[in-house]
Amino acid sequence: MSARALTALAAVLALAACGGDRGLDQQGPEPDLPELAQTLLPTINIASPAQWNGETPSVPQGFTITALATDLAIPRQMLVLPNGDILVAEGTGSGAPKMRPKDVIAGILKARGKSATKGGDRITLLRDADRDGVAEARTVFIDGLNAPYGLALIGSDLYVANQDALLRFPYQDGQTRITTAGQEVTKLPSELNHHWTKALTANADGTRLYVGIGSNSNAAERGMMAEQDRALVWEIDPQTGMHRSYATGLRNPTALDFNPATGELWAVVNERDEIGPELVPDYLTSVREGAFYGWPYSYWGSNIDTRVRPQKPELVRRAVAPDYALGSHVAALGLAFAEGPVLGSTYAEGAFVGLHGSWNRNNLSGYKVVWIPFSGGRPAGKPVDFVTGFLDGNGNARGRPVGVAIDPIGSALLIADDLSNTVWRVAPTNRPAAPAAALPPATENEGQ
Amino acid sequence: MPVLSVTAERVLHPLHAILLAFPVAFSCGAVLSDIAYLNSAVIQWSNFSAWLIAGTALFGGLVLVWAIAAFVCARRSAGRGRALVYLVLIAVLWVLSVFNSLHHARDAWGSVGTLGLILSIVTALLALAAAWIAYSAPPRAVSREVAP
Repeated sequence: MSARALTALAAVLALAACGGDRGLDQQGPEPDLPELAQTLLPTINIASPAQWNGETPSVPQGFTITALATDLAIPRQMLVLPNGDILVAEGTGSGAPKMRPKDVIAGILKARGKSATKGGDRITLLRDADRDGVAEARTVFIDGLNAPYGLALIGSDLYVANQDALLRFPYQDGQTRITTAGQEVTKLPSELNHHWTKALTANADGTRLYVGIGSNSNAAERGMMAEQDRALVWEIDPQTGMHRSYATGLRNPTALDFNPATGELWAVVNERDEIGPELVPDYLTSVREGAFYGWPYSYWGSNIDTRVRPQKPELVRRAVAPDYALGSHVAALGLAFAEGPVLGSTYAEGAFVGLHGSWNRNNLSGYKVVWIPFSGGRPAGKPVDFVTGFLDGNGNARGRPVGVAIDPIGSALLIADDLSNTVWRVAPTNRPAAPAAALPPATENEGQ
Repeated sequence: MPVLSVTAERVLHPLHAILLAFPVAFSCGAVLSDIAYLNSAVIQWSNFSAWLIAGTALFGGLVLVWAIAAFVCARRSAGRGRALVYLVLIAVLWVLSVFNSLHHARDAWGSVGTLGLILSIVTALLALAAAWIAYSAPPRAVSREVAP
């Protein structure tokens, strides 16, 4: 059956079961939420992969986008080192076991929207010392990892969040390859690993690390035993590896970053599926210590998810509503706060969010990078499209954004694209290129 | 002068009988695992139900093909009436089990609930009724001309 026929079938069945898209306003602090509706056949509409064919994503006037590096092996999150080198974590999680006929079928369908490339299980270093937008040097920085995702640097310690453990590597300025084995700081929850990504960030003074650990199910359909130490953010002491739950009920916190204006921890979180095209909005929120954000028992505060039994009214009562809705099913996977006017004064206070794109609604949503303006440490205004054009005119995806990162030295925004296996770089067009003398060319060339 | 031999011809082909046994066992098992899930909220019971109902749909589909063929081939009017009832039961069983499979593909409590249990019970009753009809069909007397 062709993808189009399948989509049409899904659309007919979804509409027959009253799962229509009503065009509600679901961006901002108080999204409109429809009634929960389970359709007979979950709506599945994933943009089919397409080629860029020399084209690039669209950026606002005054900016230029270039492919900093291509032919990566599923790039996810990035870290810009103090010297301007860019680390790119590449990998794919091992995939939770298939427990039901549905798991088998859904796995086949969702794979159609993904790259066929095997995850690299490595970190690649990109060096663009002349800041012309194309990395002139590239090395395999660390190899033999296990689905690395989150990256953080504290002083001379590089932390890598594999899908099952947090590792520490000694890093020296200018280094282009690390061959020493990483030291395990702590194991990370990895049973099943339905949501395998381990987002990572460090606080400003480097005394604590924060790891985002996603749930082991969509809505507790693997049982609550499987949700031990899941759907939460861990706070970790980097010295000892001791950890505690910092905030809970966060279904899938896929990216963490500190707001430099307030010093608060923020996260983008992917909410649950299969209760309608406009439920539940994925969100951007400050992560409050000790707070419970609802999953799986409720969403957006105390809206009960009837699929979860036994219910926990005492937990739902204290469920915190997130700060800012990004839209339903947009799949926010990247978060980077602006570090001052790196990209000009318009983009001085706020955050960039990478939206990987939807599968559980007919009207494709996400598939772009948006700017969320902030004022006084809080979101102020609707999301503004910053990088678009990942979808071509025919509803096919040429790329899907994951991590976003600010390059303060190169005055650029970096975007990891795990469909076209590219790192994109967006920079102001008329800013003079940085002096090229800062770094010598990397000694080892081309990682593959 | 031709010699007529009268023999009792089997009604159910052994393979048809074996295929029919699966929807009977699976659909009844799904009722039990649905009840166990609704009483305990232990997810594994709903997983059992999902596989059992998918199995009912798969084997029900194969039996349906056979039932259609049996109806088309039924010659005598009495056998034809019985074949039609059997065909209708199997057809409804198959449609309901596909529907119930999709229902059981929902997550957690949404996979069973009241509607899921009702669908499972009706499917099981249809399977039992169809099997009763199929397995209790009287042997048909067939006259054949044999060589002297």
